[in-house]
Amino acid sequence: MFDIDKWQEIIATIKKNKMRTFLTGFSVAWGIFMLMILLGSGNGLSNGVAQNFMRDAVNAMWMWSGRTSIPYQGMKENRQIRFTNSDYDLIKKIPETEFASGRYYISGNRLAYGNEFGEYTAITCHPELKEVESIEMVQGRFINEVDILQTRKSVVLGQDIYDALFKKQEAIGEYIKINNVPFKVVGICREGGGTRHRNAYIPVSTGQKVFNGANRLHNFALTINAQSIEESKAVEEKVRAALARKHKFDPTDRAALGSYNKLENYLQTMRIFQAIKIFIWIIGTGTLIAGVVGVSNIMLIVVKERTKEIGIRKAIGASPSSVVGLILLESILITTVAGYIGLVLGTGLMEGLNFFVEQQYATAAASNNGNGDIIFRNPTVSLNVAATATMLLVIAGAIAGYIPAKRAARIKPIEALRDE
Amino acid sequence: MIRLNNVHKSYGTGSNSLHVLKGINLEIEEGGFVSIMGSSGSGKSTLLNILGILDNYDEGSYYLNGMLVKEMSEKKAAQLRNEMLGFVFQSFNLISFKNAMENVALPLYYQGVSRKKRNKIAHEYLDKLGLLSWAEHMPNELSGGQKQRVAIARSLITQPKIIVADEPTGALDTSTSYEVMEILKEINEDGITVVIVTHEHDIAAMTRQIIRLKDGIISEIIKNGDLKQWKHQYSKELEIA
Ligand SMILES: Nc1ncnc2c1ncn2[C@@H]1O[C@H](COP(=O)(O)OP(=O)(O)O)[C@@H](O)[C@H]1O
Ligand SMILES: [Mg+2]
Repeated sequence: MFDIDKWQEIIATIKKNKMRTFLTGFSVAWGIFMLMILLGSGNGLSNGVAQNFMRDAVNAMWMWSGRTSIPYQGMKENRQIRFTNSDYDLIKKIPETEFASGRYYISGNRLAYGNEFGEYTAITCHPELKEVESIEMVQGRFINEVDILQTRKSVVLGQDIYDALFKKQEAIGEYIKINNVPFKVVGICREGGGTRHRNAYIPVSTGQKVFNGANRLHNFALTINAQSIEESKAVEEKVRAALARKHKFDPTDRAALGSYNKLENYLQTMRIFQAIKIFIWIIGTGTLIAGVVGVSNIMLIVVKERTKEIGIRKAIGASPSSVVGLILLESILITTVAGYIGLVLGTGLMEGLNFFVEQQYATAAASNNGNGDIIFRNPTVSLNVAATATMLLVIAGAIAGYIPAKRAARIKPIEALRDE
Repeated sequence: MIRLNNVHKSYGTGSNSLHVLKGINLEIEEGGFVSIMGSSGSGKSTLLNILGILDNYDEGSYYLNGMLVKEMSEKKAAQLRNEMLGFVFQSFNLISFKNAMENVALPLYYQGVSRKKRNKIAHEYLDKLGLLSWAEHMPNELSGGQKQRVAIARSLITQPKIIVADEPTGALDTSTSYEVMEILKEINEDGITVVIVTHEHDIAAMTRQIIRLKDGIISEIIKNGDLKQWKHQYSKELEIA
């Protein structure tokens, strides 16, 4: 391998046949170039979506009450399950719970300020909803404990509501009406990872009091401490079991207690990206194989062209293995160098794209309070993948050269040297 | 040096088979200077290829320097060719993209001699053949005679026991042919066995022994002393061939 003479022999032949070498190498360079672009794009998409997911707490979970669908302990199905504030306390006591918020649904969500009004969603909540849903404050504050305790008529407006009702005027301290009940604006917010900000948040206690909810709650949003999907599932089951025991329904009854686990969803999405990645590898390897077949074909022609030369070499003492080495190394050299060029150009292009995307992201983030909305992020290929690809290239070169080399080894000097 | 016993060789198989050599018995002593003659297609090249271990034979035995050459691995054959034999061909068979010196040095590459050393030796041999100033020239810049001298230098560089040459003057004009034969004669005088194939009687006449092939067997072996008479007898026939 490290025999300088051998390399000089090979480089001499390559130099002698520049066009042929170029054509051979081009197919491989192209294959690798495409593979890098495909992989980079796949990564970019995957990273972008992953980042959007991460902005919402991925360990978030939602639970809501319904009617039983399974008879349980002598009770018939179709029984309404009603959550109360005590269920919220129960969830808060579960050690794996990080943040939790209860919600009482209020109907009719007409928001009005002066002559401006519109239909939006007023969500009753606990202060911790901010963490669960990654709500970001644009101005003012979110709902706090004092709001809850004193059942204050405070409201945090989504950016879109503020824009529609206030038209850029000062809103903090102003009063708006929710279903004709006046609420004082304490903050303006944006939903993390979202593009629409059409929710208004009010304290859950106030909601219950003003809109005749007594101590009732309809659903819970919570985040949990879980590192894996299994852990997350286990916590979900634990919460379900606790509520099922309290309200006497079958813990597996998803109609009585609906739940949605974001981590599970997140991992599923990531699995789709995994599949896309595999798909890209398959396409990329396909392109590469086409390149290898091309190299192999050209090397076959090369061997045919060089029949006489190989015959001469054999006559004066070249062993079959040295002839195999000659062809194989030439093939590996062409494939590796060409592939490397494709690799550098491909990753170079993706790095350039990355630079562009990052700038876009930075401008988007600057105008959006540090949160760029983007579905394409860091579309580059890791060093590991590049190393794997290089390894693949050497192997590809060897495979491409194998059949031609074998054929070269079989050349008989007498056949090659016969005078026509 | 060379001993053949009842060597047979056919090309092709079954009904298409062509029986070229039909029992060759031949002995060539060390230091011999032998030419093989015969009409076109009589099997001269076939015989020479067997002697040069470039081809195998079907039957009989071939002893080279006391060693039986039969059913040898390609690797072993290549090594033997490299160490024992030097080849000169009618069409020179130089590698077109290597200059004269590199062509001459190539056999030493397959012996694992370092580049520097083998190029130095190649220079010496080119000097011997009067081609030192042509060392850096590519084959297509050389005349036929120069090419053949490069090929001879290449055949000599491994200091072989035997030089086999298939029509070494076949592509050369008369005066160049004589020059080449003069070189081969000098090589022979240094103790190297030289076997050439030719169909030119004046060329054959410069060797010390003529082997005449006919119908797949050796029909005649003529020693140097008998040459004159022989030449007269067969000159007509040879001109046709
Ligand atoms: N590789 C081969 N396959 C088939 N036939 C061959 C082959 N080599 C030579 N022959 C045939 O064998 C005969 C002898 O060939 P050759 O030894 O080259 O003759 P010469 O050198 O005396 O002219 C010829 O008829 C030729 O056509
Ligand atoms: Mg012949």
